[in-house]
Amino acid sequence: MLDSKVPAGPLAEKWSKHKFNMKLVNPANKRKFTIIVVGTGLAGASAAASLAELGYNVKTFCYQDSPRRAHSIAAQGGINAAKNYQNDGDSVFRLFYDTIKGGDYRAREANVYRLAEVSVNIIDQCVAQGVPFAREYGGLLDNRSFGGSQVSRTFYARGQTGQQLLLGAYSALNRQIHKGKVKSYTRHEMLDLVKIDGQAKGIITRDLVTGKIESHEAHAVLLCTGGYGNVFFLSTNAMGCNVTASWRAHKRGALFANPCYTQIHPTCIPVTGDHQSKLTLMSESLRNDGRVWVPKTKELAAKLRKGELTAADIKEDDRDYFLERKYPSFGNLVPRDVASRNAKEMVDDGRGVGKTGVAVYLDFAEAIERLGEDTVRAKYGNLFDMYAKITDENPYKQPMRIYPAVHYTMGGVWVDYNLMTTIPGLYCLGEANFSDHGANRLGASALMQGLSDGYFVIPYTVGDYLANLGSFAPVDKNHPAFEQTRKEVEENVNKLLALRGTKTVDDIHKELGLIMWEYCGMARTAEGLTKAKGLIQNLKKDFWTNANVLGENEEMNMSLEKAGRVADFIELGELMVDDALNRAESCGGHFRLESQTEEGEAKRNDEEYAYVAAWEYKGENQPEVLHKEELIFENVKLTQRSYK
Amino acid sequence: MNLTLKVWRQKNDKSTGQFVTIQAKDIADDMSFLEMLDIVNDDLTRKGEDPIYFDHDCREGICGMCSLVINGRAHGPNQGTTTCQLHMRSFHDGQTIVIEPWRAAAFPVLKDLAVDRTAFDRIQHAGGYVNINTGGVPDANTIAIPKVIADEAFESATCIGCGACVAACKNASAMLFVSAKVSQFALLPQGQTERYERAQAMVDQMDAEGFGNCTNTGACEAECPVGIKLTNIARLNREYLSAKVLSQRDIHA
Amino acid sequence: MSSKSKPLFSSSLGKKLIMSLTGLFLCMFLLIHLIGNLQLFNNDAGYAFNKYAVFMTTFPPIKVVSYLLYASVIIHAIYALVLTLKNKSARPVGYNQSAGSANSKWNSRNMGILGTVLLVFIATHMSNFWWKYHNDQVPYIEYKTDLKTGQQLEVRELTANEFTVYSVQVENGIETVQARDLYKQVDFAFQSLPLVALYVIAMAALAFHLIHGFQSAFQTVGFNHKRYIGCIRTIGVWLFGVIIPVLFALMPLYFFFKG
Repeated sequence: MLDSKVPAGPLAEKWSKHKFNMKLVNPANKRKFTIIVVGTGLAGASAAASLAELGYNVKTFCYQDSPRRAHSIAAQGGINAAKNYQNDGDSVFRLFYDTIKGGDYRAREANVYRLAEVSVNIIDQCVAQGVPFAREYGGLLDNRSFGGSQVSRTFYARGQTGQQLLLGAYSALNRQIHKGKVKSYTRHEMLDLVKIDGQAKGIITRDLVTGKIESHEAHAVLLCTGGYGNVFFLSTNAMGCNVTASWRAHKRGALFANPCYTQIHPTCIPVTGDHQSKLTLMSESLRNDGRVWVPKTKELAAKLRKGELTAADIKEDDRDYFLERKYPSFGNLVPRDVASRNAKEMVDDGRGVGKTGVAVYLDFAEAIERLGEDTVRAKYGNLFDMYAKITDENPYKQPMRIYPAVHYTMGGVWVDYNLMTTIPGLYCLGEANFSDHGANRLGASALMQGLSDGYFVIPYTVGDYLANLGSFAPVDKNHPAFEQTRKEVEENVNKLLALRGTKTVDDIHKELGLIMWEYCGMARTAEGLTKAKGLIQNLKKDFWTNANVLGENEEMNMSLEKAGRVADFIELGELMVDDALNRAESCGGHFRLESQTEEGEAKRNDEEYAYVAAWEYKGENQPEVLHKEELIFENVKLTQRSYK
Repeated sequence: MNLTLKVWRQKNDKSTGQFVTIQAKDIADDMSFLEMLDIVNDDLTRKGEDPIYFDHDCREGICGMCSLVINGRAHGPNQGTTTCQLHMRSFHDGQTIVIEPWRAAAFPVLKDLAVDRTAFDRIQHAGGYVNINTGGVPDANTIAIPKVIADEAFESATCIGCGACVAACKNASAMLFVSAKVSQFALLPQGQTERYERAQAMVDQMDAEGFGNCTNTGACEAECPVGIKLTNIARLNREYLSAKVLSQRDIHA
Repeated sequence: MSSKSKPLFSSSLGKKLIMSLTGLFLCMFLLIHLIGNLQLFNNDAGYAFNKYAVFMTTFPPIKVVSYLLYASVIIHAIYALVLTLKNKSARPVGYNQSAGSANSKWNSRNMGILGTVLLVFIATHMSNFWWKYHNDQVPYIEYKTDLKTGQQLEVRELTANEFTVYSVQVENGIETVQARDLYKQVDFAFQSLPLVALYVIAMAALAFHLIHGFQSAFQTVGFNHKRYIGCIRTIGVWLFGVIIPVLFALMPLYFFFKG
């Protein structure tokens, strides 16, 4: 049984008490410690900056050419905070409750409460940094509402909230780089974790420009490397997003929790063809004013697909606003998993629209009539422009076509209340960990979690670990573990470079994506998952015999970069399937067809599955071992989620 | 459609490069420009040739990683569009497309079409921030900021740092980039305390990086994929000159 | 953040400021110069123009300004060179394809070429008129005018021996003026087709230089606001880009066709 190290006491006091009980590092001693931060998105940049401000020496690593390009930048809609500026009944407890409920009761209460508690500090911090949030005419901050909640608590900067928050964190990071407290390594990829006496003491990286394999030592290592949505090949993640850092840490002993929890975002631009390299999200905020519909009959849908009719030709009576119909109280603002599943249902029912028939409409005609085109443009202009650029259609004149796409992964490296993994000294923050969103993340909560972990949690908890190390001595660079791990990395690189098959790495990645989407996507069955496991195992063999990895290590080598990442995705894919197979219930984004209510909603099995499934790596081609962390709910009553 | 690509190939930052002609076959209209390059790269890989290295990441126009000068235009022929959002419907069958990296002394070519843009980061290190620590800040609604000011600051803050302004400028000047950041903080109350030091520090670093001078041709504004305006450059000039001439702050002890 | 040590003019923005201020100063001069030179169109055998020439070369404040003017031309040219060299070094490897016309105006990209034309023009212009005037290489003239009626009674060329110094004498309501006849020199010079052509070309260059330069100078000193920029652009285009160059260009053409 895993120890989550959640402190005792009433929920609302846990974090305050814990902060007091943790040991501190004397300011003069902080500079004797070095901390490695891998990934420079919201979690990484905020953690690195905050730790450097405290006096620690920090090294940051990112694969992009600048920390500012981490994929947090693409988050559009907003960030939640329980400020209750709108006087609409919001509170820390309500944000906590909405998040736990939205996550379908599969998250750890104490973590979620802490997240809600520090959410208010995040907004203060970002505003002080100069993040230009949207404001009312009176000069105070504006809010909007988001899926899964009935209050307006989402702060936003037009459709570029993630960008503005990341640039805020990046600016804080820059300040520390300028002061010499942070050394920033860009175009570097972490390829392994170095452990000494069971503790994380450094990492091995590859310089993506020169190919140099380097060792970096530190007293603690923070993985802030984001999610693994690219296991599906097509997702809203950036092309470079990968699981490699987390996965290599997993192989070194960090448990990986709930890998099957993936979020399929309902409002993405549909796939157009095989050439497609990624999917583009249209912010959930669009559902505030857009109405989702398909034609009532298959016949009409067929005519739409053939182009015999356009959306405008479908009479009001012939339209099925299915979310409004099925969920009158939340309407188009139901949580993402519910919205996605319903869209899939419509498409499976033969009522999908667009040339491929794999899309539903998101219609703004009513909003444009009610608010005027200018107001709609002011609210969503950049999203509409983006849609027009990609599809060559004008969303002011005809409804958008949308379809769900992989967007976020709730699962990740298992961490305790202190965000420490099962390897002492190794922490995991942001999307890369599993902790706060249960089986489904609510909109505008990812930014909140990343910054909460980085600005307000890790600066306290990492200090406790370092204070308890009992020594201020620098990490021994010459310890054989560094040389040993570096050699293993080099061997792996050489193994990849030796592959001279007939398939490109992308070919194999696409095959993996199709398997995952088909069998481990929006709807899963025991039969399908079992089949998928076999397919993935075969694909793994295929990769290691038929992949083609060109070039050499000592250069910028795109094939090599991709190959390493895809090899890890294949292994992760198998674990996801195992996890999905193990969890014979439906919850949040994990929908097992065998487990649904009469109305077709996800049906949990709290008796058997109210636990975190954390998997332990046991070696090449060995089955992973399941560890359970029991989820105990003392402050919320587990109910069947209902958004009707 | 079928296209002829003339692509700049360069092994690394030490070697000299040259243009290589490559055919792109069966390209669909609704592919993005980078997806077209993906297909070309797949073909090259299958033939055992080194794929073309180009920078890209989010492919939704926000990370600023993608670049490319396409037929003489930074981010290609369409206005307000990054290369990743440029679609092949903007080209026609049989067209020859010349693809070059950003060209500037401050942006050395690393390989093929990828350049080193860390000069931008170093400019930001010099002063692109508000000097505050985490925690201990006032409540977010303590300062009211007029909506028009917040919106104007936001317009400047949307810069994605791609470097198209430098690439498009005949002088390889980075003024639009620098001015966007300086503007954001010059407008907002949070940026006032270090307003003048910031402008000076960032301009000094910009000059040290070897960018050219602004001659107000407006090419940067025209090619900026997110519509950063020339008014930012005027504001930077104002901030800098007033820092140097009118508002020089010192302790007279 | 601390960066106060560097002197203003060592920075790129400081150098640009010099370009802007000298440029605006030269624009102002152009306006004054034009107003004065419009006397050339007076049908008075150069009476007003020659008096104006004397005023311009002898009135002390104008003399001071004129030195500032010479300095401005030189500084403007030198800094243009310095900035251009820096700009060239900022892009050591150029583009194979460049589509400058797609994102900017031709004149804004070629201010250096236009400026060089203007520099050649200024040198020619100064040696033709300024140099000759200052070194007694122009003819002399005497005007007799009835002050009551304002009627010109007599205009007479003087020989070098007859002329000593610029003088104005009034006797019985008749004014006698003896002066250097720059007007004649102008008339003479503009009989040459190549020179007239150079002037017309130079004024075209001036027009394009100022259409960009005038508003660019305001941008460089930091003056760019939605509400006023339209006005500045209009002045830049119509006054400095059209009216002034056209009127200047008409002067050589007027003398050339007048014969």
